Amino acid sequence: MTAPDEVKKSGLLSRSGLGRALKDAGLAALVSFGLFSLMLGLLSQSGPTGALILTTRPLLLFVAVSLVFIGRLIIALLAQNRTAFDFRNQFPSETGNLIKKLGHLVGPVLLLFALATPFLFYSNRYLLDLGILVLTYVMLGWGLNIVVGLAGLLDLGYVAFYAVGAYSYALLAQNFGFSFWICLPLAGILAAFWGILLGFPVLRLRGDYLAIVTLAFGEIIRIVLINWASFTGGPNGISGIPRPSFFGIPFTDTPQGFAATFGLEFTPVHRIVFLYYVILALALLTNFVTLRLRRLPIGRAWEALREDEIACRSLGINTTNTKLTAFAMGAMFGGFAGSFFATRQGFISPESFVFMESALVLAIVVLGGMGSQLGVAIAALAMVGGFEFFRQFEQFRMLVFGSAMVLIMVWRPRGLVATRTPSVFLKNKKIIPAAIVKQARR
Amino acid sequence: MNIDPRDLILDVRRLKMRFGGLIAVDDLSFGARRGEITALIGPNGAGKTTVFNCITGFYRPSEGELHLTHPDGDKFRLERLRDFKIAYRARVARTFQNIRLFAGMTALENLLVAQHNILMSASGFTLLGLISWPGYLKAEHDAIEKARFWLDRVGLLGRADDPAGALAYGQQRRLEIARALCASPVLLCLDEPAAGLNPREASELNKLLLSIRSETGISILLIEHHMRVVMEISDHVVVLDYGKKIADGSPAEIHKNPKVIAAYLGVPEEEVAL
Repeated sequence: MTAPDEVKKSGLLSRSGLGRALKDAGLAALVSFGLFSLMLGLLSQSGPTGALILTTRPLLLFVAVSLVFIGRLIIALLAQNRTAFDFRNQFPSETGNLIKKLGHLVGPVLLLFALATPFLFYSNRYLLDLGILVLTYVMLGWGLNIVVGLAGLLDLGYVAFYAVGAYSYALLAQNFGFSFWICLPLAGILAAFWGILLGFPVLRLRGDYLAIVTLAFGEIIRIVLINWASFTGGPNGISGIPRPSFFGIPFTDTPQGFAATFGLEFTPVHRIVFLYYVILALALLTNFVTLRLRRLPIGRAWEALREDEIACRSLGINTTNTKLTAFAMGAMFGGFAGSFFATRQGFISPESFVFMESALVLAIVVLGGMGSQLGVAIAALAMVGGFEFFRQFEQFRMLVFGSAMVLIMVWRPRGLVATRTPSVFLKNKKIIPAAIVKQARR
Repeated sequence: MNIDPRDLILDVRRLKMRFGGLIAVDDLSFGARRGEITALIGPNGAGKTTVFNCITGFYRPSEGELHLTHPDGDKFRLERLRDFKIAYRARVARTFQNIRLFAGMTALENLLVAQHNILMSASGFTLLGLISWPGYLKAEHDAIEKARFWLDRVGLLGRADDPAGALAYGQQRRLEIARALCASPVLLCLDEPAAGLNPREASELNKLLLSIRSETGISILLIEHHMRVVMEISDHVVVLDYGKKIADGSPAEIHKNPKVIAAYLGVPEEEVAL
């Protein structure tokens, strides 16, 4: 076997970089040998008589172990030269400044693009639908960013508030005939109320414990929705949810419809474009309120809470209330997004509110950089858009998704935009480097 | 020592703190007079920080009473208040032995967080703030001016826009004191403010604390190991050992007290004078 030989050899060369890399690779090969010898080296098959036959596959085992050895060797050698390969160190400061200037343009350009999308892709229904989906996740990401990014509370059950919002709209519209514009604030208020209800018992917990309890809450909501069939329709969900109207004018092919009222030819695209602008407006509202709150005492208290909870208490900040407001605020925007989701789909069922959704939104926030609005928007575009892009590859989709996340976490462990902009300044605004800013989990 | 109870800002009566079978503070009574600097000293593990945590509400005392009297006569029973209410209502501010700044926020932001409750009510619990209500803008302006004043006093005005985590150790200590002062306390509790400071920084700290006392009238309670700080600035020293008070008096008295020398310092008297 190669592995023990390499370990021995590395003892002699241990001072040089190559020696260390060989030792590293040898160890990895040894571990993989231990693992693969049973998993690959031995194969049990049922023979013609039904008895198990054990076949040994030394060649396959050798190939697997060698692959691990070579791969680890390359990684170890690359790691030693990392400073040389690290492109960040190689940027001259002028290029750095240019990138910074271009960075300021990214936000406005994205916003203009978002505003222009319905005109650019008017005939492409698929892209418009995708745009709506991306914007829904941008909004969810921004909403969760209040909880995770600003207040530093790791919430794995955000989909619960999305579900509360969606079901609030569906049930209110069906049982009382309320319109979308009345239901939207009601759904937000109900979701915020549920946020507070959940928050009271669990916000004493921190970090991992909070994450697990919120995860459970997300699941509880879903299971209640499935089992309370008389109220929620159970697994069949709720169908025939009213579509939104243009402030009372429906998008139908009738004399009272939107097209006829404005003298246009009827086309279903009108409704899609309208939905697109509704979600864009809702997302921008989320962004505006978040940016605004950041500069108010409550936003500063959220960030202080993320940085050091004990210090907050020593300064007279009621940490329970502060956490609850963050939770309620995040939940409210989740509720808005949920109620939009319900009106767009026209049909909702508990299947739309699985844990995967929470994980996706949290991944968007983490990848984007906790606390960064622009980063979250880019991450939502990349993740949801990228997800659609790889749809044709079916089963490889998750693989690509997973590897992309691993790569980003290796290169930018604190997300795409991890720096923090101060909320107030005396003389000049200095961007705070990512390394100093605390993150949700501690 | 005979102290007129009316002069006391903080009156600790028979304080006891038990952690399971361990008695960290045992039957401790002492008083801190208004407008004075009271030092709490003792060997490691004597229970000094536990006393602090009881006063500032981080621990609930097992037994005993903590009476705080404001200059205007308002009385508070600290053992009955929750931690944030002690800071907010009873106006006791503290610093920590291991600095607890909001590292990712700028020095200025740190000082604004300390004025949270005032700003919060000025912003109409956020609603008025969202629409930039003039009253809120004025309150924010005042808060920034207050922060500027204290930053200037601790010599950090030039670093106002730098993140607290990027400041040097001594600067972080001073910023933490400034943050506590921005909370407008009547009693300032400092947990080892001179720990890790070099002699020059320690003497600057002395000047700062003395000027705070003389100019603002804020009473100070401090835990300190640096004998130089304790002897130079404190008006009154309380010595703890194994959770019990072993001496109480002026620095000169403490300095001569054989019990203190034996228990706390364990060294000849000459070195105590350091």
